Amino acid sequence: MKSSVIVFPGSNCDRDVAIALEKLQFKNSMIWHKETELPKSDLIVVPGGFSYGDYLRSGAIAAKSNILSEVINAGKKGALILGICNGFQILIECGLLKGALLRNSGLKFISKNILVKVQSNNNKFFNKYKTNEILKLNIAHNEGNYFTDKKHLEELENNELIPLKYCDEKGNINLKTNPNGSINNIAAIFNNNKNILGMMPHPERMVDKILSEEDGLGLFLSLMN
Amino acid sequence: MTITKNQIKTHGLKINEYEKIKELLGRDANLLELGIFSAMWNEHCSYKSSKIHLKRLPTRSSIVIQGPGENAGVIDIGDDDAIVFKIESHNHPSFIEPYQGAATGVGGILRDVFTMGARPIALMNSIHFGSPQNKKTQNLLSGVVSGIGGYGNSVGIPTVGGETKFNSTYNENILVNAMAIGHANKNKIFYSKAKGLNKSVVYVGSKTGRDGIHGATMASAEFDENSEEKKPTVQVGDPFTEKLLLEACLELMKDNSIISIQDMGAAGLTSSSVEMASKGKLGIELNLNKVPCRENNMTPYEMMLSESQERMLIILDDKKEVEAKKIFDKWDLDFVVIGKTTNTNRLVLNFDNQKVADIPIAALSDEAPLYDRKWTKVKLSKNKIKIKDLKKIKIEDALIKILSSPNHSNKSWITDQYDQVVMCDTVQKSGGDSAVIRIHDKDKAIAISVDSSANYCKADPKSGGKQIVCENWRNLISVGAKPLAITNCLNFGNPEKPKIMGEFVECINGIKEACEFLNFPVVSGNVSFYNETNSKSISPTPVIGGIGVFNNIKKILNIKTKKPGNLILAIGKTLGHIEQSAFLKENFSISDGPPPEVNLTNEKNNGLAVLKLIKENFVLSAHDISSGGMLVALAEMSMASKLGLKIYKPKKLINSIEYFFGEDQGRYLLEIDKTNLKKIESSLKKSNIFFEVIAEIQNDMFEIEKTFSIKVNDLYNHNNKWYHGFNAVN
Repeated sequence: MKSSVIVFPGSNCDRDVAIALEKLQFKNSMIWHKETELPKSDLIVVPGGFSYGDYLRSGAIAAKSNILSEVINAGKKGALILGICNGFQILIECGLLKGALLRNSGLKFISKNILVKVQSNNNKFFNKYKTNEILKLNIAHNEGNYFTDKKHLEELENNELIPLKYCDEKGNINLKTNPNGSINNIAAIFNNNKNILGMMPHPERMVDKILSEEDGLGLFLSLMN
Repeated sequence: MTITKNQIKTHGLKINEYEKIKELLGRDANLLELGIFSAMWNEHCSYKSSKIHLKRLPTRSSIVIQGPGENAGVIDIGDDDAIVFKIESHNHPSFIEPYQGAATGVGGILRDVFTMGARPIALMNSIHFGSPQNKKTQNLLSGVVSGIGGYGNSVGIPTVGGETKFNSTYNENILVNAMAIGHANKNKIFYSKAKGLNKSVVYVGSKTGRDGIHGATMASAEFDENSEEKKPTVQVGDPFTEKLLLEACLELMKDNSIISIQDMGAAGLTSSSVEMASKGKLGIELNLNKVPCRENNMTPYEMMLSESQERMLIILDDKKEVEAKKIFDKWDLDFVVIGKTTNTNRLVLNFDNQKVADIPIAALSDEAPLYDRKWTKVKLSKNKIKIKDLKKIKIEDALIKILSSPNHSNKSWITDQYDQVVMCDTVQKSGGDSAVIRIHDKDKAIAISVDSSANYCKADPKSGGKQIVCENWRNLISVGAKPLAITNCLNFGNPEKPKIMGEFVECINGIKEACEFLNFPVVSGNVSFYNETNSKSISPTPVIGGIGVFNNIKKILNIKTKKPGNLILAIGKTLGHIEQSAFLKENFSISDGPPPEVNLTNEKNNGLAVLKLIKENFVLSAHDISSGGMLVALAEMSMASKLGLKIYKPKKLINSIEYFFGEDQGRYLLEIDKTNLKKIESSLKKSNIFFEVIAEIQNDMFEIEKTFSIKVNDLYNHNNKWYHGFNAVN
């Protein structure tokens, strides 16, 4: 499997995700944002961080960078694209995913381990997990409060396009278990074809048992499938 | 134009100091030169009041690669790995503008570390605020925490802990001390000493603006009711540019084109160019028309005194300019040759084809004033607290009072605003005795702890100075690390007052004694004087940041108890020293009497014995006993695991309150397996270490035999209440 990690000025989880990919034997390349061509890849990762300082609006400037038009083309042709945290924000800003990521409802940056429940494993990204499995992942963001209109929300809910929702250890999904105000406790969404995933939690931070649980491994393993 | 008395005063200089300037120049200074002198001769840059005392601190050991005097200290952790670290204050700016003050404090200390060729791998901090009842405190806390997080999170360096304290002594002078830790190849450390004639002096990074002009001078004076007006002297941080500068510098450092490099920190372009030239015994000539400016019509005075952030000065090898510029172009950063090294030993500045300043380098550095200020011995209180009056209080109530107090409450409200795990090497986050960071791609790790004890230092500066070094040492040992070296940030009042100077001198003496005894050298640091408002000084607050190393990543301990049935062993003697304790402060608002005695021999023996037990795999979890005493330490272990404890009643003839809340030094709590008790006992007896079995781990209930019993979950709730209540959005 070949992967490409896009690097913007201000990306800071690019190395972390590359290490996770290489650990699982992906042949990974780091692609600088000024490039105009993408190498042939089975997976494109838009990593976390603060691309362009998140100035103007999180992800807004990165969405206009050279390489993004290549990412958009690849995505439209069905390539697998994973946007994590700032990467999710960029995928929304460039139009590959719908909706908006607003400022956290508590108006503070939040970084902590949270729990999410797998809503559906019928896709390329979560097929190694069981439906309703509870995962411990880490979040670290200021704008992770997902919002969308009613019609799109119904589409997401009805078509298994919400793979992860924030929950507690018993799997309860409600306001108490919602860290950032995200509508319906949404932690991740797909596009209609389920080849493009945007998620606020960082799976790459949960792949090394010296540091943490390994609940993020399943996502990378699923992609190998 | 001659310089007026008023100009001298507004530049923070004394009349006799200006006389000396005239003598050194052989003429009157012009305004630009006066500004340059004021930037180099202020307390912050010259260490004029502290230097002669700092010299007494031990700065060498077999693992020290670079001690004080460079951008940061460097120690050897084996193989080719070096750790580069330093702590620095940003107190004055943070009080005036909490978000930017704290953010740029973090930015500055990060640059000190990556200037030396190290990739920053962790950030820590020590922040002190006034009483929670003070109306400024909430805003300052919120702003400082957002600023620290905002900068570190964006650059992508994990902020893994530190300490937050509240005391009315900081009502008008908060403390914001930030520590950065980096990893480098020990054969590729970069220094600030210039070498070679006619070498290009290159300006890289952000453009120069009008922010932070005279910042260092502001930080070298007391505050008064007009301090708010000093807002323009606070710099504005841009973590995005810092991240670019970090990556660009580390990329450039991969080859050998850099001769020397220095970040533009306090006193900006002035101090960076003077320091490089001074260390290299060279002159430096700059063409100020080349300086990249953010605003139009900036004067030489503004350029030389601006403290705009995210800038560096590099002296580059001949013919490497083209390659170097390519790297900075890639990162969209300015890269401009603004001058060259000369053999004149003078700082010469040109602007619009005119020489606008010409000063001997030595006048700005070696000849800067040095004071042996008068100091008086601190009067020590010998008051003993009569325990009779205190007996009325129930142990359980006293414990809950301490655990729910601002100074002992769980700090997740703060630490949840810091990205603690970016870079994916954080083995242990904040909340334990030390943070633990793995060395990337290796099976080894370092432990980091930041500590202070202003109450002890106020009561007895010398003993307090010793105590913090020991507490720091203990915190590193408690996670299983071998303590190696420290950095210190010395926060005090106005050194021109003999009483304050006395506190400083005696604290230094205490730190020196402990560091020497424990072979725990000081490799970097910073002094912050003038933490005073309207003549009211803060308590003396030296802050110690220590580093320890693990050669085996599998032997890292935390404070979480592991299994019901296991025993808790207390190492070190409990005498019940209750004066200056959290117990008295939180329950009776008393802070009187001497701080607990520090016995360095016991401290060392106990610490080494604990390390030995850890090495032999006998220890399952560990915690040092510090503020709050034994019962608070036991509760912290319980709350971390949510497992209960059955604590035995003290067998000795000692009052329970003194036994459980006394703050005697040199003590640790260790969790062990019952079946190993005999072996451990004989090992400890052999090395003459005092110990006692004090508790057994059980489920759910935290109890003292025949005294009280409470659910661990309830303790946890008491411990987690305060911050959220205090910071609730009204």
